[in-house]
Amino acid sequence: METLIVSNISKRYAEHTALDNVSISISPQRIYGLLGPNGAGKTTLIRIINQIIAADEGEILINGEKLSQKHIASIGYLPEERGLYKKMKVGEQLVYLGQLRDLPRKEAIQKSKAWTKKLGIFDWWNKKIEDLSKGMAQKIQFISTVLHEPKLIILDEPFSGFDPVNANLIKDEILELREKGSTIIFSTHRMESVEELCDDIALINKSKLILSGTKVDIKNSYRSNTYIVEHKGPIKDLSAEYSIKEQVTTEYNLQKSTIQMPSEYSPNQLLSSLISNTEVHSFTEKVPSVSEIFISLVEGGSHE
Amino acid sequence: MNKMFLILQREFLSRVKKKSFLLTTILVPLLFPTIIGVVFYFIKKEDDTAKQKTVQVLDESHSLSMESLAKFKFVSVSGNLDHAKEAFKESDDFALLYIPDYDIEKPEGFRLYAKSNTHFSTINELEGKIRESVKERKLQAYKVDTEILEKLKTSIDLKSLNVSEGGEKENDAGISFIIGYATGFLIYIFMFAYGGQVMQGVIEEKSSKIVEVIVSTVKPFQLMMGKILGVAAVGLFQVIIWIVIVSTFSLIVSAIFGVDISQTSQMADAAQQASNSAETEKFMRLISSIPFTKIILTFIFYFLGGYLLYGSLFAAIGSAVDTPAEAQQFMMPIMMPLIVGIIGMSSVVNNPDGAVSFWLSIIPFTSPIIMMGRIGFGVPWWELALSMSLLIAGFIGTVWLSGRIYRVGILMHGVKVNYKTLAKWFMLKN
Repeated sequence: METLIVSNISKRYAEHTALDNVSISISPQRIYGLLGPNGAGKTTLIRIINQIIAADEGEILINGEKLSQKHIASIGYLPEERGLYKKMKVGEQLVYLGQLRDLPRKEAIQKSKAWTKKLGIFDWWNKKIEDLSKGMAQKIQFISTVLHEPKLIILDEPFSGFDPVNANLIKDEILELREKGSTIIFSTHRMESVEELCDDIALINKSKLILSGTKVDIKNSYRSNTYIVEHKGPIKDLSAEYSIKEQVTTEYNLQKSTIQMPSEYSPNQLLSSLISNTEVHSFTEKVPSVSEIFISLVEGGSHE
Repeated sequence: MNKMFLILQREFLSRVKKKSFLLTTILVPLLFPTIIGVVFYFIKKEDDTAKQKTVQVLDESHSLSMESLAKFKFVSVSGNLDHAKEAFKESDDFALLYIPDYDIEKPEGFRLYAKSNTHFSTINELEGKIRESVKERKLQAYKVDTEILEKLKTSIDLKSLNVSEGGEKENDAGISFIIGYATGFLIYIFMFAYGGQVMQGVIEEKSSKIVEVIVSTVKPFQLMMGKILGVAAVGLFQVIIWIVIVSTFSLIVSAIFGVDISQTSQMADAAQQASNSAETEKFMRLISSIPFTKIILTFIFYFLGGYLLYGSLFAAIGSAVDTPAEAQQFMMPIMMPLIVGIIGMSSVVNNPDGAVSFWLSIIPFTSPIIMMGRIGFGVPWWELALSMSLLIAGFIGTVWLSGRIYRVGILMHGVKVNYKTLAKWFMLKN
């Protein structure tokens, strides 16, 4: 059963539509990348899933059940705008936030201790947040998100403000949580982390869902039988079916050509005709990055 | 409900655990009685140290009694006035009182010689003494029996009673006024102090950006109410501690003063004792007639009601702004009715049952202050009931209004807010 099904969600404000008939479906134990430019409606969607605001239309199911107050205990949320009570002690704060997610007090204490030990900040248990470094506060923020072992973890720009060491640490924790059975919604502008972590992707632009599916499928669908060849010397006479899209000279004095061929041809055919023409140094398929897909779709959309 | 209690608990504990809470809770109630106590102590000490002054009396009429008064001792001198004056100048005595052989139908020629300017209270006291003596002689001359006259002396104590509330109770405008003004003023201060704490707390949550984490677990309304009630609990806790400290303190003080009163009355003469005890009795009766329980209960009701009314408005303002400085522009409309209340207090004092007093004590925005001012004078039960129900309706209204602004405001950052924006947020559907 799908962990989360969002069907036909719309949200309108007086002057603009924040979400227009958006539907996504997220399978268990996947990392789901929610992408889109600023103001596209991602945060609105995330807030609706977190029941901070209500949708005008549409329905949300969690594990097949209609979203309700009881699901607060099975969702973990790390908002983009985040912080902690500065005057509160680390331990008190974690236990309090755990209790707000319906953890019994005893369990909240025990789990908070286990997590702070795991991330090496247990010694700071009785320190106030304002006395902590930013990195430590971020770890505590992360712990508070996952303390109650939520089935669905929603991370909005989780790495913003993290130093590379902590970012890696959190990345490993995210992967581990997925292994243990959690489903993760991951909203970010950082395409390299999408490329690295996400199993599925949805792209929202101007309040509409314009793309969704597994990362592999989407990338495949954007393949165009285009190959990049590095070669020495010019390609003298390539048959007309192959079109050379672009040709540049690399810093090692090689030519780099981007060649597109008809879909019924195989790469071997292209390679063999190249070998007879020139000295081939490298040959790779040009697979579009998520970033390229993102930019082409968003910019393409803006021309409408 | 359970989570609202969690929030309430955190708000309560985080404030009560602060050192500043401990300090204000203990110092404030000790400060005022201490100041008053110190002042009383010195006044009393001065009275005690004042010695009896000696007054020489040259009585040519031979009628003045030489019995001492509390402040004066009388010594009889003889000879003619000039001699007496000379002798007086050389003595250490306070004054020389000359009583000529006067005509009782036309008592004139009394003189007081002193070495410095004489205080009018001294003149008053001595005049009284002479008057008594003249009266005595007149009674004898007219053959009026002093015993019968003594019997004619009747002490009348007119109790002023208020019957408008069913039960009869004695009232005293002075004491009612002081209590009313003090409690009304306390409510006025509490509105600002605790309301301000709510606003500060909301701004803190907003600026530290924890608020989105919290509202993903509870409804904004629960968060707002949890905070408002948490601070209310802090206020109530503080007020109860103050009441306990003040009443313990005043018990101790009155115990000390009580002993003193009995001592002085023993020393005083019989006549004085009689009039003293009548007055003491009246005072005690008035003190015991002050409906302390009623005043405390009304105070707690109006404190909570008024606080909920204004506290929720403070919360709404806090949610709309990013910094306390920005909040200033919205403070005016909240402060106006409170200031009107404090100013209106003076008209309550002059006319506790007048139209201004009535309306200000009925309208929820001023009733917490004004009703406290009126309560000591006695308020018809229906007015009290009306005022209380309107206050409840009032705070339900402001809590509802503020809740609608708050739920939008807390998630807004860096927005220029004016009244139009607030109205828009209020109208926004969920």
